[in-house]
Amino acid sequence: MVPEELNSPGYDIPPEARGQVAITTLDRIYNWGRSASVWPMMFGLACCAIEMICAAASRYDIARFGMEIMRPSPRQSDLMIVAGTVTKKMIPLIVRLYNQMPEPKYVLAMGACASGGGPFKEGYNVVSGVDKFIPVDVYVPGCPPTPQALLNGLMKIQEKIRGESLKTSRWYQKGPDSVEMPIPLLGPDLIDTRKIALIKPAAKKGQEA
Amino acid sequence: MSEEMFGKGILKSLSVSLKRFVETYLDDLKWLGRRYRTAEGITHRGSKDGRGIFTVQYPEEKIPVPEEFRFVPFLVYDEGPDGEKIMRCTSCGICSRVCPPQCIWITRTTDPVTGRPIPDPAEFYIDADICMNCGLCAEYCPFDAIKMDHDYELASFGRNVFDKARLSKPASYYEEIRPVNAARENAARAAKEAARAAPKEG
Amino acid sequence: MATPAPVSAPAFDLSARFPGIASPDTRPGYSGWVIPKENLPEVAAALRDELGFDYLSHVTGVDYLPEGKMEVVYQFYKTTGGPGLSLKVQVPRQDPIEVPSIVSIYPGAEFQEREVWDLFGIRFTGHPDLRRILMWEGFEGHPLRKDWKEAYYEEDIKPFKSRWPEGKHVPAEDKTPFGDNVTYPDGFDAEKWIPEDPEKALYGALARYQVQDETGLGTEHVIVNIGPQHPSTHGVFRVAAILDGETIVSLKPVMGYLHRNHEKIGERNTYLMNMPFTDRLDYLSSMSNNFGYALTVEKLMNIKPPERAEYIRVMMAEMTRISNHLMAIGALTNDLGAYFTPMLYSLEERELILDIFEAVAGSRMMCNYFRFGGVVRDLPEGIPEKIKGLFFERLPRRIDELERFLSENEIVRSRGIGQGVLTAEDAIRYSASGPLLRASGIPYDVRRAEPYSIYDRFDFEVCVRPNGDIYDRLMIRFDEIRQSIRIVQQAVRGLPEGPVMAVKPAYTVRVPPGEAYGRVEGPKGELGFYIISNGKPSPWRYHVRAPSFINLTSFGPMCIGQKVADLVAVLGSIDIVLGEVDR
Ligand code: SF4
Ligand code: SF4
Ligand code: SF4
Repeated sequence: MVPEELNSPGYDIPPEARGQVAITTLDRIYNWGRSASVWPMMFGLACCAIEMICAAASRYDIARFGMEIMRPSPRQSDLMIVAGTVTKKMIPLIVRLYNQMPEPKYVLAMGACASGGGPFKEGYNVVSGVDKFIPVDVYVPGCPPTPQALLNGLMKIQEKIRGESLKTSRWYQKGPDSVEMPIPLLGPDLIDTRKIALIKPAAKKGQEA
Repeated sequence: MSEEMFGKGILKSLSVSLKRFVETYLDDLKWLGRRYRTAEGITHRGSKDGRGIFTVQYPEEKIPVPEEFRFVPFLVYDEGPDGEKIMRCTSCGICSRVCPPQCIWITRTTDPVTGRPIPDPAEFYIDADICMNCGLCAEYCPFDAIKMDHDYELASFGRNVFDKARLSKPASYYEEIRPVNAARENAARAAKEAARAAPKEG
Repeated sequence: MATPAPVSAPAFDLSARFPGIASPDTRPGYSGWVIPKENLPEVAAALRDELGFDYLSHVTGVDYLPEGKMEVVYQFYKTTGGPGLSLKVQVPRQDPIEVPSIVSIYPGAEFQEREVWDLFGIRFTGHPDLRRILMWEGFEGHPLRKDWKEAYYEEDIKPFKSRWPEGKHVPAEDKTPFGDNVTYPDGFDAEKWIPEDPEKALYGALARYQVQDETGLGTEHVIVNIGPQHPSTHGVFRVAAILDGETIVSLKPVMGYLHRNHEKIGERNTYLMNMPFTDRLDYLSSMSNNFGYALTVEKLMNIKPPERAEYIRVMMAEMTRISNHLMAIGALTNDLGAYFTPMLYSLEERELILDIFEAVAGSRMMCNYFRFGGVVRDLPEGIPEKIKGLFFERLPRRIDELERFLSENEIVRSRGIGQGVLTAEDAIRYSASGPLLRASGIPYDVRRAEPYSIYDRFDFEVCVRPNGDIYDRLMIRFDEIRQSIRIVQQAVRGLPEGPVMAVKPAYTVRVPPGEAYGRVEGPKGELGFYIISNGKPSPWRYHVRAPSFINLTSFGPMCIGQKVADLVAVLGSIDIVLGEVDR
C-alpha cells in the first residue's frame, strides 16, 4: 500500500495544507493564536521522550513557543508528539488516545522509530511507523533527534497551522465532528481491522505454501 | 520536626530559586546585552561559569555542535575541474555490511560491455527512518566516502528515504563541518598516494 | 589486575556437596554446574541456606536447537562479595518443556521466569503466576526460540544479502503478504476470531494475591489501572492495583509496551552491531551499557584495553552515573509533587555532561563509544580541561545546592520518610540491586564486590543508607553522585598518555566459542550481559540482565499497604527506564 493512502485519515486533505488558498486576515489572527499555543500531550514512549523532556526543560524551553503546557490528558491537547518506538502492544492505546483528542489535532512523529520503525523495525513487536495507524503531519528524523531538531519539527507544525484557513478546515465544515481511526486488535499478532478481509486469504496462502 | 520549624525547609528551597532568579539579572548586567545572540554568550551560558538563565533561544541562537556530532550520514564527493561531482564512494559495500539496522541499500554499477563492476554506485539509499545515527558506516568506510552530517534540521511533511542525489554533499562542506578529521584524513590519503606513486618511479 | 580468563575455575566444588547430582559443565569455554531438573529446588535451597549464595542475579533460557535441548541458566552471588556460581538445567526440546520454579526460594526469579516462559516457552511448575510478561496473552509462539521467525525475517545473520551489491530500497513491509509487520498462524480467520478479554488473566492474578480483609468491614475493592499513558510512570508502564479505599491491597506491574526485541535482534547482529543497540537499553546511561557489553565480549575474546582507554572508560561510566542520578532525582521529586523546578535544575547539570558526551562520542544520548579493546577515539582537544572545570569547580557546588534545595524540604521529608520501605532481607530476596539495594542497608556494589576494569585503583566509598524508604533512596543518589565526582576527579588527574585501542579496529571480531557473564555496576544496578558464542560472527545467545526489570520485582511488595498516591513515589524511587525493563 502506498504511504499516501495510509496517511489519508479518510477525508480529503484540504488543499490549504499545500498553501493554495488565499488566507484572510481573520485566518491570520486565528492561526497566529493557534500556532502560538499548541499544547502537546505529555506522552513519551522511549528514548526520544527523554530528548522531548530536555526540549521542555531549561536549555531549550519550548515555553518560548507557547507549548510548555504538556497535557497529560488527550482531551486537552492539540498535538501528539509520538516520541519513541511504537510497539504492537502499545499501538491500540495510541490510536485510542488519538481518537480522544479534540480537533483540530496534529501528530508529530519524533525520531526514526515513530516515523518508520527505526533501528528496531525488524523486531516482532514493533510497528513500522505510527503512520500505519494514524495520520502524521510532521516527521522528524534522527535517533534521537536533538531537542533543537524537535523544535525545528514543532516550527514545521506551526508552519502547517499558519497555512490553514477557516473556510476550508474540515472541522468547520458540515459532516462528522471528528474522524475516528479504527483501533487495531491484539490477536495471535496485531490485527489491523481495516485489513481483516485481506488477512484470511493471505493466511491461507501461507498454509498452502 | 517541631511545629514552629515547619516551613523552614520550604523557605530554604525557595531561597535557592530566588538566588537563581537574581543571578540571571546580575549576569545580564555584567554582560550588558552581549549575553544574547552572540557566540560567546551562548558558549558562556553552557560553560562551567554560566549562572542564572540557561536557555538558548533556538532558532535565533543555536548551540554550536562539536566536530564529532553525528546525525544522518551523507556521501562525500570531490569537485572535478569542471565542477562535476566525483563520488568518493566505490560501492565496496562495507558500510552496508556494518550498518546495524541494515538501512543502506547500494546498487553497484556494472560495465555494460564487460559486465565487470565499476567503482561507482548506481544507486545509494539510506532509509533515515531506520538509521540509528550510530556512525559505524563512517567509521569503517575505507575511502572516507560516507560521513556523519551535522545538519539536524530535517523535519519534513513526509517519510525520509534519502537517495544518492539527496545524500551527496561536496568535500568542501565536509571540511567545513569537520576540519580536524578532514585534515587528518586528507593527509593520510596524500601519504598513501605518495607511497603508491613512489615505487612506480623507482 | 589480570584479565579474567575466559574459562574461570568454578568457585568451589559443588559436586562434593551434591555427589552424583551436580556435574561440572565441561563444554569448552563454559563453566558452572549442570544439575538434573528434579534436584533444582533442593540445590537452590542449599545454595542459599548453607553456602551463602543468597543473591540470585539472573535467570535466563538458551535454545540449543541443533542439540535439541533447552537450557535454563541461573547465576548466583553472595552479597558479601566474591565470584559467582552458575547452575544449568537442561531439558529436551519437546513441548511441554517443564522446569521446577524456584520463586519460593528466590522470589527475585518471579519476573525472570515469566520472561523465560514468554520468550522460550519453558513452563516453570509451581510458579505462582505464570503469564506472559512482555508480549500479550494470546500471542502466537515463543519468539526467542531459534526456529521462530518473525514477519520481517530475512536471514539468520546480518549482513543481509539484499543490501549489496544489488540493493534496491524495498521497505520491509512490501515484502510480506499483509503489507505490515505481522504474521498469522496458518489458516487464521480474522473474521471468525473472537477476541478474549485481554485483562482476564491479569485481574485473576491480582485477585489471587489479594490480602484478606481482616477488619471484616466488607468494603468493596476496586481495580485501578495506572498507565500505560500516565505522566508519572516514566514511560509506557502500567500498574494494575486492587484498592481498599485508598490503600493498595494487591498490585501487579504490567510491562512490555516497549518490548523492542533487543535480544532477538541482538542474536542476528554481529558483535559490533550490538554496541549501538546497547545504547538504547537504558537510554539515560548509554556509556554504562557500552561498558558492560564491551567487558563481556572482551572476556570472551580475552583482550584488555590499554591504560588510557581504561581511564576514559571509567570517567565516562561515572559521568553517566551522575547524569542518570540527576535525572532520577528530578523525576522522583516531580513525582513527590515538586512539579518541575528540581527537574529543571538537575537537567541543567545533566546538559553540561551531555555536552561532553556529544563532543567525545558524537551524540548526547546514544554514545556508541566503546569498542572491543578500547574506545572509538581519543578525547578531543580541550575536553580534559572541560571535565576538570566541571568536576572540580562547578558540579560539587551545584550538587550541594540541589541537596540544600531538597533534603530539608518538609514535603519531600513527609512524603519520603518511612514510606515504601524495603527491608534489607526483602531487598536481597527480590534480587534488588544498585541504589535500591544499598538504600536498604546492604553495601553491595559490583565495583567493590568484584572489581572490573580499574576500579580497584580508585578511592571511593560504597554508599549505603539504613532505612530503605523513599527518602533514603533519594538521598543515596546524592551520595553516589559525590562519590562519582571523586572518581572522575581522580581519573582525570591520573589520565595517562597512550593509545586508546589495544587491537586494530575491525568490524568483524573473532570471538572464540564459550559463554561469558559480564557485569558492571550500572547507575540503576547490576547490569549484566550473558553471551554465548559459537564462534560465528553473531552471538548464539545474547541476554541482558536489566537492573530496572529485576528491581521491579520488589515494587509490588513495597506498595502493599501504601496509599495509592504513594505508588507513584515508590515507582519514582526505584528509578526505572522502560527501554531496559522491556528491552
Ligand atoms: S528513534 Fe532512536 S532514540 Fe528515538 S525511540 Fe527510536 S531508537 Fe530511541
Ligand atoms: S560509502 Fe564507503 S564503505 Fe560504503 S560503499 Fe561507498 S566506499 Fe564502500
Ligand atoms: S549511521 Fe549507522 S544506522 Fe545509519 S546508515 Fe550509518 S551505519 Fe547505518
